[in-house]
Amino acid sequence: MKVSIFSTCLVDLMTPNVGIAMVEVLERLGCEIDYPAAQVCCGQPTYNSGYLEDSKLAMKNMMLAFENSDYVVGPSGSCIAMFHEYPKIFKGDPHWELKALALKDKSYEFTQFIVKVLGVTDVGAKLKGNATYHRSCHMTRLLGEKESPYQLLGKVKGLQLEPLKNSDNCCGFGGTFSVKMPEISEQMVDEKCGCVVDTGADILISADMGCLLNIGGRLSRKGEPVKIMHIAEVLNHHHATAAAKGGRET
Amino acid sequence: MSLQTDKRDFSERTSEGLGDNFMRSAVSSAQDSLKTRRLSAATDLGDWEQWRSIGQQIRQHTLKNLDYYLEQLADNVEKKGGYVYFAKTKEEASSYIRDIVMQKKAKKIVKSKSMVTEEIEMNRVLMDAGCELIETDLGEYILQIDDWDPPSHIVAPALHKDRSQIQRVFTEKLGYTGDESPENLARHARTVLRQKFLEADVGITGCNFAIANMGAINLVTNEGNGDLTASIPKTHIAVMGMERIVPTLEEMEILDNLLCRSAVGQKLTSYITVMGPSATGETDGPEEFHLVVVDNGRSEILGSEFNEALQCIRCGACLNVCPVYRHIGGHAYGSIYPGPIGAVITPLLGGYGDYKELPFASSLCAACTDVCPVKIPLHEQLILHRQRIVEEKRTSSSERIQMKTAGRLLSSQTLFGKALRFANPASRLLSRHGRIIKGPGLVRGWINARDLSQPVKQQDSFRTWLDRRKGGANQ
Repeated sequence: MKVSIFSTCLVDLMTPNVGIAMVEVLERLGCEIDYPAAQVCCGQPTYNSGYLEDSKLAMKNMMLAFENSDYVVGPSGSCIAMFHEYPKIFKGDPHWELKALALKDKSYEFTQFIVKVLGVTDVGAKLKGNATYHRSCHMTRLLGEKESPYQLLGKVKGLQLEPLKNSDNCCGFGGTFSVKMPEISEQMVDEKCGCVVDTGADILISADMGCLLNIGGRLSRKGEPVKIMHIAEVLNHHHATAAAKGGRET
Repeated sequence: MSLQTDKRDFSERTSEGLGDNFMRSAVSSAQDSLKTRRLSAATDLGDWEQWRSIGQQIRQHTLKNLDYYLEQLADNVEKKGGYVYFAKTKEEASSYIRDIVMQKKAKKIVKSKSMVTEEIEMNRVLMDAGCELIETDLGEYILQIDDWDPPSHIVAPALHKDRSQIQRVFTEKLGYTGDESPENLARHARTVLRQKFLEADVGITGCNFAIANMGAINLVTNEGNGDLTASIPKTHIAVMGMERIVPTLEEMEILDNLLCRSAVGQKLTSYITVMGPSATGETDGPEEFHLVVVDNGRSEILGSEFNEALQCIRCGACLNVCPVYRHIGGHAYGSIYPGPIGAVITPLLGGYGDYKELPFASSLCAACTDVCPVKIPLHEQLILHRQRIVEEKRTSSSERIQMKTAGRLLSSQTLFGKALRFANPASRLLSRHGRIIKGPGLVRGWINARDLSQPVKQQDSFRTWLDRRKGGANQ
């Protein structure tokens, strides 16, 4: 199966390991990976700030970048949910509406793709530890993907998953919201951090890097020794060391 | 009270809210309990999603045919001997009510909870005219005796107060000597209010839904005060926003189900009443019935891109799940309509001049959209507001430049690639031990509260890894 990777701008800028882990997991599951180089960002930062016209440039770029892909898979429920909004945004546009629909129909969040398309729930990962999972708002509510991450994490050997109180409350990231209304965002992330710490977990897992950088950044500032991991890194664990090393040597 | 409850800047109001730990703990515990109760009441119905869809269809159908149903309603109220007044503005609405009150030489007025009467500043107008006006909803009564503290929630107006605060207000203002148990506080209020009902010349209520084919109104309350307000005084004036109407009892039943379950997690509230002008031969009920239908900007919203906001049935469920409301509280919105629905309708009714920050006071987490019983896409309406605010150039010029730059940067691999190469070296000047410690406005907003690593070095980036691997594979 041919899969085009959508790495997301946050992974490009901050967390290459997440992209690497995603590629390695998908390859192990038999996917043939390609990476359309023209891709940049789904356009969400400007779109959610109200700058529609500035956002359309980024959106059109993405529709063209993935035009020839069979499947588009990204490590972010939020960015994929943005793709799923494109048809609404370009509704009535004779040139772009169909492209928007086409992109929507073939785009999947990483865990969603593994469970719903590949039909796999056990990827053979092993990770010893106590973890809790933050279900991101856009992934669960806009993309409607709630179960796949839990199904996959449930099969990770050695991983104990602790329930997170108020797991449906937003962590306060909200893209530009976190820097436009920093005082409110700070209180939201503080409450989330409290809930994470209360679980006693050593690892916080999520399928969205935005939320993880937010909660992780706050945990680190508060001196809480909770490690953050993207779910792709968890699912790639046990194989990660060797593969990453191999990657660097080539 | 008018639409606006606080003229200070949004940031001042927010800081006050964030600093009020007492209020925040009251709001978060109310949210947690209401959320659980709502969920169980919704689950009880079976296919809640289908109920929501039907609710949405009813509201959309009614809005689409609003002129028809309003005319039918007015005809039927008049046929039964009642009076109907269509008020274009809030001034027209409150003047009409004042004129009725004057005509009746009424001095004492009881009223039940109604957001639209707040919107039209009715209380001020009637009190200026020399009337004694008593709020009979317990929450509203508490706020009234606490020197008209503004409401902070559309269903539970005194949500920001807890029992010990209420006991203090009762002690100071009513000479109450009992303890802080809700039962005793309510009993005391009931004793005071019972006398007021018996003395009142005019009763004023809101209207959850008007029923077009019956010429009647539906009131949904838990305390029974609405029924007393409507039926004891000789004159009953009901005030409704012009969109609060259903075709028949059948639709009312569905919407009441959605309303009660969404608002307070009850199957139905204690009192669900259908009333209107008394029928000939009936011995109870008011001698005179007036229905005031308030437009006050609603016909501008009707048919516009914000039309769906008019579907609202004022259940407050979106407030009860909103993580922003949770921390800043209702007063920070500066409007009688707080929370997500408030952030959508307040700027529509009151303009962007005073309320342009409200649509941005959301992380767009969509908890509101998810919970709305009539499927208003609240977070999408907030984005739509943001677009209009941007179009009207009401955001700062520096933000506009940043967004224009971001738009270019995020749509071109050439530019973005350059930015990626530049990001790490540039961040070195701003960093210590691999963490960014200073930066321009947006970065500062982030690092004031959170640690942020430096962007990845070009040679360690995901794209470089892919390129190298590809090179390796080809060799």
